[in-house]
Amino acid sequence: MNAMSLLLFKVTLLCYLATTCAYLTHVASGRSVAEKIGRWLMRGTFALHCLTLAVRFFEAGYTPVANLHESLSFFAWCITGIFLLLDLRYGLAVLGAFLSPLALLLMVVGNVVAQQVTELSPLLDSWWFPIHVGLAFLGNAVFAVAFIAGIMYLLQERMLKSKRLSTLFFRLPSLDTLDNLNYRCLTWGFPLMTMGIVSGAAWAYSAWGSYWRWDPKEVWALISWFVYAALLHGRLAIGWRGRRAAILAIVGFLCLLFTFLGVNLLLSGLHSFETLSGR
Amino acid sequence: MQIVAVGLNHKSAPVSVRERIAFTAEQQEEALRQLVSAPEILEGMLLSTCNRVELYACSHDGAAAEARLKDFLCEFHGLDDSHLANHLYEFRAEQAVRHLFRVAASLDSMVIGEPQILGQLKEAFARAEGCRSVGLILTRLLHKTFSVAKRVRSETAIASQAVSISYSAVELARKIFGTLEDRTVMMIGAGEMCELAARHLVNHQTAGLLVANRTLERALQLAKQFNGRAVPFNDFPDYLPQADIVLASTGASGYLLTRGQVEKVIRQRKNRPMFFIDIAVPRNIEPEVNQVDNAYLYDIDDLQKVIDANLKERRKAAEKAETIIDQEVGRYQRWLNDLELTPTIRELQQHLEDIRRRELEKTFAQLNGLGTKERQALEACTGAMIKKILHQPIAVLKERRQDMTGEQYLDAARVLFGLDGPTDDTKS
Repeated sequence: MNAMSLLLFKVTLLCYLATTCAYLTHVASGRSVAEKIGRWLMRGTFALHCLTLAVRFFEAGYTPVANLHESLSFFAWCITGIFLLLDLRYGLAVLGAFLSPLALLLMVVGNVVAQQVTELSPLLDSWWFPIHVGLAFLGNAVFAVAFIAGIMYLLQERMLKSKRLSTLFFRLPSLDTLDNLNYRCLTWGFPLMTMGIVSGAAWAYSAWGSYWRWDPKEVWALISWFVYAALLHGRLAIGWRGRRAAILAIVGFLCLLFTFLGVNLLLSGLHSFETLSGR
Repeated sequence: MQIVAVGLNHKSAPVSVRERIAFTAEQQEEALRQLVSAPEILEGMLLSTCNRVELYACSHDGAAAEARLKDFLCEFHGLDDSHLANHLYEFRAEQAVRHLFRVAASLDSMVIGEPQILGQLKEAFARAEGCRSVGLILTRLLHKTFSVAKRVRSETAIASQAVSISYSAVELARKIFGTLEDRTVMMIGAGEMCELAARHLVNHQTAGLLVANRTLERALQLAKQFNGRAVPFNDFPDYLPQADIVLASTGASGYLLTRGQVEKVIRQRKNRPMFFIDIAVPRNIEPEVNQVDNAYLYDIDDLQKVIDANLKERRKAAEKAETIIDQEVGRYQRWLNDLELTPTIRELQQHLEDIRRRELEKTFAQLNGLGTKERQALEACTGAMIKKILHQPIAVLKERRQDMTGEQYLDAARVLFGLDGPTDDTKS
């Protein structure tokens, strides 16, 4: 009984593909028309994605983040939303050229994994579920932007240092802008992530009676949290910036990605999707 | 109707020739008046810059107008024909329109993409408007030209990248710092190039300028000029932590600034980036400075390499610009052809209608006692005849206006139907 949401998911996926093409065209050719088209496609795609998630919510009867397919879709949705907010504020079209392929990739992976609605374990069906997962994914999405900004920074810095300026050099924003973006994302992402972990602990207490169980997901989340804490501290107290901040943002996001995907796919524990479905 | 262009530019003529046929601002109005007083020239415009002198005109007779424009250039400046003949180029119809578009889009400039030519063209047009030497056709042509130049500028990268040392320094600084507001610039040495770069930087509202120079008077003078501050030459390292952008151009023979010093300064600045521009030969700043994190060093060769790359980009953009211009030339040419087509069709219809009326009246006068019914039948019959006769010629004229032969067909139609009065041949 999830044909509708799956159809919508596929259409959304195609929209992400179109958006990506538009943004890449903009970066390759510098045509401002392509940028405008990309922006409106991104907005349209986001609206459609909202609808997809809403339909899925009604079909499944719970916030649709209980299996890998749903989580990937939700993650892509968060990234798009955060990008659109940033775009409103800073108008960094070239960021879209990097973020839309990431969202597209998540959707493509989401398209090949199992897509049926899973039965949510009654033990876990509480209000903590959407709060914990929502906060965690929002934090992840903000850090995804920091990750992209970090990659852009390293590219731009490499070109400046080596003095080989390609077309990309002229399209990418200034180092200062990218470094600022890194900092902005950190100040938003870190509290979100912290709240995500805390709400998870609260939920664990209400569901299983203990706050922390050293389950692999919890361990990896903690490792990521420490990476970002180190970065934040370094920025504020020691004056880390630029390359080092960019590299740490990339490392942090790779940890997060492992926390999200690696732990679920390679290790087992309380956070595996099987546990979620109560099997 | 044809557009005609005659002129010379930096490629076709050396400066010794260009300077002799350049028009001063005062001469231009007189020249325009003389130009449009010639019977072959309906509308005229004159563009005179240090790199080119060009006359644009529109005329019914392209060849005659072309000859007239050439004579005019020689006569006005009192030069011999043979003097100019080798240097002048001439374009007609589509070619002339294309040439003007290329000039305006700065494809024909010495430095491709330089922006001044468009302003000069606008001035030339304003002057021609002031003298009422341009009418419907050239006005439309120039408006089209300005929009083509704008389109080329916005759709290609023709002018987006710096091609001078000082501008490329500013461009690089902007890629490091984003906005240059609130950044401090330090000049070590006060060479000419350094001064030029400083001027461009200060134009971007930098917060402050520090000038260190061996002769203090020169430093004070520059500081005053740019609203900055002079610092003693030997103490400049103490001021480095304040500086975001450092311009070096002294005649010193050894390095004034070493990697070790810069590392220390960057630490003091809490890793805020610094941009070093070393335009001195021999160099003032140790090349290894570029390896320090958050420090970026460009010497004169590096800047030159950036400029070369930018010029290559511009040439690539120029190819794209040519396609845009091709499209727009076609559009303008169609408009010009339509401009003549519509009145010609109307005249053609009117001409045949006149004949019909005349002949009908004669016929009615001869055939007395025709009833209203018969008269109406005759009217309808003759009306249908001219409609049918005109159908094919009009269809052909409309069809042919798309290509180059359109004008020939139009001329042929006017001659065949005698729309411009009887020609000399038929009179005799």
